[in-house]
Amino acid sequence: MKKLLIWGGLIILFAVLGVGLFRSQQGQMGIGEMAPDFELVSFSGESYRISDYRGSVIVINFWASWCESCKPEARDLEAVYQSYLSRGDVLFLGVDYVDTEPEALAYLDEFQITYPNGPDLRTEISQAFRIRGVPETFVIDQNGFITHVQIGPYMSVEHIKSTIDPLLD
Amino acid sequence: MKNQLTRFRWLVFVLLLITLIPLGASAQGSDPTDDDVNAIAKQLYCPVCENIPLDACGTAACEQWRGIIRDKLAEGWTEDQIKNYFVDQYGDRVLAEPPRRGFNWLVYIVPLVMFVVGGFMLYRGFKAWREADPGSSPKSVSRKKTKKDNLSEEDIQRIEEELKKRSGGL
Repeated sequence: MKKLLIWGGLIILFAVLGVGLFRSQQGQMGIGEMAPDFELVSFSGESYRISDYRGSVIVINFWASWCESCKPEARDLEAVYQSYLSRGDVLFLGVDYVDTEPEALAYLDEFQITYPNGPDLRTEISQAFRIRGVPETFVIDQNGFITHVQIGPYMSVEHIKSTIDPLLD
Repeated sequence: MKNQLTRFRWLVFVLLLITLIPLGASAQGSDPTDDDVNAIAKQLYCPVCENIPLDACGTAACEQWRGIIRDKLAEGWTEDQIKNYFVDQYGDRVLAEPPRRGFNWLVYIVPLVMFVVGGFMLYRGFKAWREADPGSSPKSVSRKKTKKDNLSEEDIQRIEEELKKRSGGL
């Protein structure tokens, strides 16, 4: 009985460690996977739950004010957001990763970003998407599946549009 | 005379007030030192720079974090309040010493279990080794000694004579 308990305990311990190791080795969420649901509360206080936006294309951009490589794509993302704004079926969300609010707000102001942005509180969203750094962008189709993962910055407005246009009528 | 004494007392009182005012002002306006900031920063880890404590990390993100600590200290926040703020913002993993709850217990339990299991396996290994090689074990050595000790003086003398004879014959 004593032996059984010791072996049982060890098996559970190694199983937990194994799951942790497996998750850490998994890499980012990939194309074809269902995007994890999450709620983002923007800096201005509005709440966005992505499961409420089924039927829309969702672009989720992870960024930070300290991230130099996020800056080149910031204006392009805003430009693309503006170009789809009248359609009403493309949602852009900016998730501010491991950042401080004053610097984040200054960044949004500097690049004149108007689409919703909010902090990744307790890094729960970035952990759900298993991001490895910033910038990273996920494009999600109308059914909630990931159709594009951009690791690193987008190169141009056309580059961003090329990942969204095929999903639109 | 009495008036002069009262004036003197007032003068002393005013002088005292004047000397105390700058002291009070400087205490109120004192900024947190780098040591104050680092005392808290060394207990935190930024998720961007894994395994580098915040006080030793040179990235822009960590610099911003240290700025936040400095601001909060200047506002009069306590160490615990500041640490809680970072946990609320970025999660438990920013703490050098995670709180003892939920899966965090693994951090404390796993090394201990590994140590005990390792010690037990070493013990079992040495025990099996000794049993497989009885010649080298202290028990067998003592057994030999016992046999030798059991020989009588007479027997030893006979063996020595026999050995002398044989060596003389050669």
